[in-house]
Amino acid sequence: MTTDAKRRLVVFTCFLVTAVTMIPIVMMVLVAFQSDAESMAAQPSFWPGSWHPENLTRAFDLVPLGRFLLNTVIFAGGTTLLETATAALAAYAFARLEFPGRTWLFGIYLATLMIPTQVTLVPQFVLVAKLGGIDTWPGMILPHAFTAIGVFLLRQFFLGIPRDYEEAARLDGANRWQAFTKVILPLAVPAIATLAVFKFIGQWNNLLWPLIISNSDATRTVAVGLQFFQDTNGTQWNLLLMAATITTVPLIVIFFLTQRWFVQGISMSGLGGR
Amino acid sequence: MALQTAPVPPETRSAPPPRRSRWRERDKQTLTAWLFLAPSFIGFVIFTAGPVVAAGVISLLDWNLFSPPEFTGLENFARLGGDPTFWSALVNTAYFTLVSVPLTIVVSLALALLLNQGLRRVAAFRSLLLLPYATITVAVAFVWIWLYIPHGGMVNTALGWIGIDGPAWLVSDTWAMPALIVMSVWKSFGFGMVVFLAGLQAIPQQLYEAARIDGSSAWQSFRNVTLPMLSPAMFFVVVTSIIGSFQVFDQALIMTDGGPGTRTTTLVMYIYRTGFENYDQGYAAAQSLVLFAFIVVITAAQFRLQRRLVHYDN
Repeated sequence: MTTDAKRRLVVFTCFLVTAVTMIPIVMMVLVAFQSDAESMAAQPSFWPGSWHPENLTRAFDLVPLGRFLLNTVIFAGGTTLLETATAALAAYAFARLEFPGRTWLFGIYLATLMIPTQVTLVPQFVLVAKLGGIDTWPGMILPHAFTAIGVFLLRQFFLGIPRDYEEAARLDGANRWQAFTKVILPLAVPAIATLAVFKFIGQWNNLLWPLIISNSDATRTVAVGLQFFQDTNGTQWNLLLMAATITTVPLIVIFFLTQRWFVQGISMSGLGGR
Repeated sequence: MALQTAPVPPETRSAPPPRRSRWRERDKQTLTAWLFLAPSFIGFVIFTAGPVVAAGVISLLDWNLFSPPEFTGLENFARLGGDPTFWSALVNTAYFTLVSVPLTIVVSLALALLLNQGLRRVAAFRSLLLLPYATITVAVAFVWIWLYIPHGGMVNTALGWIGIDGPAWLVSDTWAMPALIVMSVWKSFGFGMVVFLAGLQAIPQQLYEAARIDGSSAWQSFRNVTLPMLSPAMFFVVVTSIIGSFQVFDQALIMTDGGPGTRTTTLVMYIYRTGFENYDQGYAAAQSLVLFAFIVVITAAQFRLQRRLVHYDN
């Protein structure tokens, strides 16, 4: 086969594979704009016979989707902010400061990395329930804001920053806090952004915890709330998939905006996973 | 890790008594360290480390949250042996893992190799192929229910073109699990693809040139250069995929609700049902520890195998 023919074959295969991969996402959007009759017909229709942009507002009217979206932003944003802030501080202590028991304490953080979240599910639920945190923001956010992964990743990154930078600032009279905020943090922006993007997307996706903790529209997230389209309406496919589209779009936008960090984060973790 | 000596200005270093001032400096650093650690550490103890210990205790209790707990020793673990739903959850999870992990690896690697053929606009294809990974599982699970509609659904229509009469996927004893697996592979292959692509791009071209000079065929180059050089990435993807697939929940809850019967009830779904639908907290905690034990054993086995199979270039 000539190089030219081979090149064409590669390009063709790329287009084909990408097109097939996109089908579910494209269909989600197409069905979202179908009429009620078309989307609920016994024979599913692929291309909308007529377009119904009003489905967008109808989805918001049918269930409090706007509220669910706001709740998801609070939940995902709250856990992300808390986790990145506390993890950055702790990671600095582990990477740069000497104190008795440092190795031992970091070992405990590491040990919890392998433990699946389901193990802590029951105790966390019991704790939150006993403290009256069911269906409240602290109950939703706090149990997911202190995982070891953030501390681990940021410590790795801080260790890679040459000590000289900080020592120079220290000799100029900067204290630890100033060294951390003025020297380390600006250098660590890519690592912190990567952690934040992963945490945010992960929590936007989290179904199990909100399913257990939220039981009203006050804290219900989109992952939980989407099911109401099924429960209350049989399956009104156009509105269900319109809601699915609406809840997926912010994630896809975030993904495209932060793609550099996202891809970097995946490949860094992959190559560093030794 | 290099032991860090606190920067001490030269004047104080020579000042008497050196021993005391050094201790002061150390105490100060310890205090600073704990101030940095405190916000994370307090939350970590209460919400992560504490619950891990508590899970061990709760697994020894007969407790439904509403009545006082009763200590029953290892009773909850003994119950697991005679619980058919637990066994089928175990078998289903193993089935899901054994099929979905190799499939995900093959798809991710094939696509990474395809994207690594030096064509233009790799980044665009990579973004689009990574999209499923960046969607919300619950939302796309609903789309897949629609795709799997038995009569006239998109999947069965496509199968019809090649003369296959597709089953009623999600309500079929035989086909519900494969249907979930296909959806899950679609959702997650992007992660492995990106890891493999980064791994492929890190392989020095000289290795391929050397292999070509030695008369290697394309297959021999793949077998003797690409695969060994890619083995750390492979190891990472295999370990994380297995851990992830042991915890599969969202799509099974939405698409099949564990059915038909218990055909797609996974371990995590059973933990959820036990703990939060039947409020049998002690039993749910015991199940979660068994899940943990499986993950530990499998991951440890993989790390042992790693020593023989993974090539590190350093």
